[in-house]
Amino acid sequence: MSADRLSARFAACAAANRAALVTFVTAGDPDLATSAEILAALPAAGADVIEIGMPFTDPMADGPAIQRGNLRSLAAGTTLRKVLAMVRDFRASDDATPIVLMGYFNPILAFGPERFATEAKAAGIDGCIVVDLPPEEAGELVPALTSHGLHLVRLATPTSDAQRLPAVLSGASGFLYYVAVAGVTGANSAAATDVATAVARLKAATDLPIAVGFGVRTPEQAAAIAAHADAVVVGSAIVDAIGAAAEERANDIPARVSAQVAALARAVHNARQEKAA
Amino acid sequence: MNAPTTSLRAGPDANGHFGQFGGRYVAETLMPLILDLEKAYTEAKADPAFHAELDDLLKHYVGRPSPLYFAERLTAELGGAKVYLKRDELNHTGAHKINNCIGQILLARRMGKTRIIAETGAGQHGVATATVAARFGLPCTIYMGARDIERQAPNVFRMKLLGAEVKAVESGSRTLKDAMNEALRDWVTNVHDTFYIIGTAAGPHPYPELVRDFQTVIGKEARAQILEREGRLPDLLVASIGGGSNAIGLFHPFLDDDGVRIVGIEASGKGLDTHEHAASLAGGRAGVLHGNKTMLLQDEDGQITEAHSISAGLDYPGIGPEHAWLHAIGRVEYQSATDSDALEGFKLLCRTEGIIPALEPSHALAAVARIAPTMGKDQIIIANLCGRGDKDIFTVAAALGVVM
Repeated sequence: MSADRLSARFAACAAANRAALVTFVTAGDPDLATSAEILAALPAAGADVIEIGMPFTDPMADGPAIQRGNLRSLAAGTTLRKVLAMVRDFRASDDATPIVLMGYFNPILAFGPERFATEAKAAGIDGCIVVDLPPEEAGELVPALTSHGLHLVRLATPTSDAQRLPAVLSGASGFLYYVAVAGVTGANSAAATDVATAVARLKAATDLPIAVGFGVRTPEQAAAIAAHADAVVVGSAIVDAIGAAAEERANDIPARVSAQVAALARAVHNARQEKAA
Repeated sequence: MNAPTTSLRAGPDANGHFGQFGGRYVAETLMPLILDLEKAYTEAKADPAFHAELDDLLKHYVGRPSPLYFAERLTAELGGAKVYLKRDELNHTGAHKINNCIGQILLARRMGKTRIIAETGAGQHGVATATVAARFGLPCTIYMGARDIERQAPNVFRMKLLGAEVKAVESGSRTLKDAMNEALRDWVTNVHDTFYIIGTAAGPHPYPELVRDFQTVIGKEARAQILEREGRLPDLLVASIGGGSNAIGLFHPFLDDDGVRIVGIEASGKGLDTHEHAASLAGGRAGVLHGNKTMLLQDEDGQITEAHSISAGLDYPGIGPEHAWLHAIGRVEYQSATDSDALEGFKLLCRTEGIIPALEPSHALAAVARIAPTMGKDQIIIANLCGRGDKDIFTVAAALGVVM
């Protein structure tokens, strides 16, 4: 497989004139075995890129849904080492779907940035998003990631004004994650017109693909964003569904997640055609 | 006194670092605001009108300067060094927290922010924040761990009387760290109009610096007061440490005075060997939480572990980054006191001086009781009495097995 699954996947989606669906699940939620099954089923359900949350006790930028997902995962004994092992297993059957780890810096720091980059690359990870590591503090991680060919995906937000944006974009790679609402994950949705304006502004400043997330829950919301952005990220809605299914001790959690993702994928993949029609 | 060539009081650097500690580890949404705050604070520091208003409020509203009191009977009882208490428990609202809140709300007003949020552990910072919010007519929301709400009922009622909305935080350990997570979530959601008054000398730059600066009024006064009273600097400073704002406030003006020994007291809860403690220097490792790199209680996977202290104000798994640095370079010595040590310190001050201290400075008093007898009678200790104990009487009663 090429060294860069992310650019290959975004190029393929662009060639097909469709947005990519990025799905987020927390690794080890509700437990590692179920999580591995969910992960394995995501590409067939229509996920173009997979974000995997590395659980943390204090997810400051996350709303209640992903906070609970983190706690379920930690209660089930998930560690960073086990997250990487899960991705390695996934890669045995899928060497094309890009995987981006998302989480907070402290578990990476405890693991060791160099060891993290080495083992993440070996496991088949393509990049990572570290929510509490702004460009000003990224120096402790970037050299390790860069030397192993891993992307550090940057976040732009509604507060990224013209003065701030260059700092965000400097050294950004893989894609640019646009946080559509100022807030935590799973919050209210942004108006589609605001997203369109923001994406246009970002496009003028970077050639990186723009993925839009935060507050995207339904196929309708996802389709509205897919009309403008290169990719749509859905996380809390999926994590919420996993939580609800775990609560009722369902034994078909992967199938339920696949059905939910398939509906999102249809909406995202067809959004531009339907808009044009 | 020889001025050192490199002052220990010069930090942080331009990026908010104290050695390897400090920094700005926040979500990108908050970065522009953090940078704005830094700019606003730099401007305020250079503005005589800002200082004039701050000083006027500290004098007439807070009641500063607080006395430096020679604790004669405590000194006699311990039989060693002369013990002076910096009486910050006599401030309006009963603790040192108000020094910082006054400063921050003036900054909030300068920045045109119209809503105030804060986290609180023991409730002292929440009360101080609610107080200044009422004084300046701004709506205020205080995040407080549900467990702390149970053990600090009087302060919860005070905050409500002052017009604040108190939101119970049910996540995690339901204490101070979780309250801080929730306050950060509120802030990131309401960046356009909200000012976050952080209560301790921690969090993303510039908070550790500005909270420290607003609290150094304690040490500046103490330095002038002891020089006037004794004609010389003290031999030892002692203060308790959770996040460490009262301690850095006392210590900072003395950092370059080589002859002054400085000791910070962490809360070792049920003992450093039990995992039920809040001593992040003695039992932690460097890590990143709540916007700064500092010493943290964490497991080998970098997951934050729960702290324990009988004192809700010290019940936090981290510490301000400047303390982490002062610990690393060895300028400040850090010791600890257990829950039961603190109870003894609490009772000692009640009995010898007729002062009911908060459980937080009771840890410092426990250390004074330990160290003073080993010092000569001509030596001088200043301990920071950073809060009064009214809020803790229910906790102390329960610990002593008294039914009220």
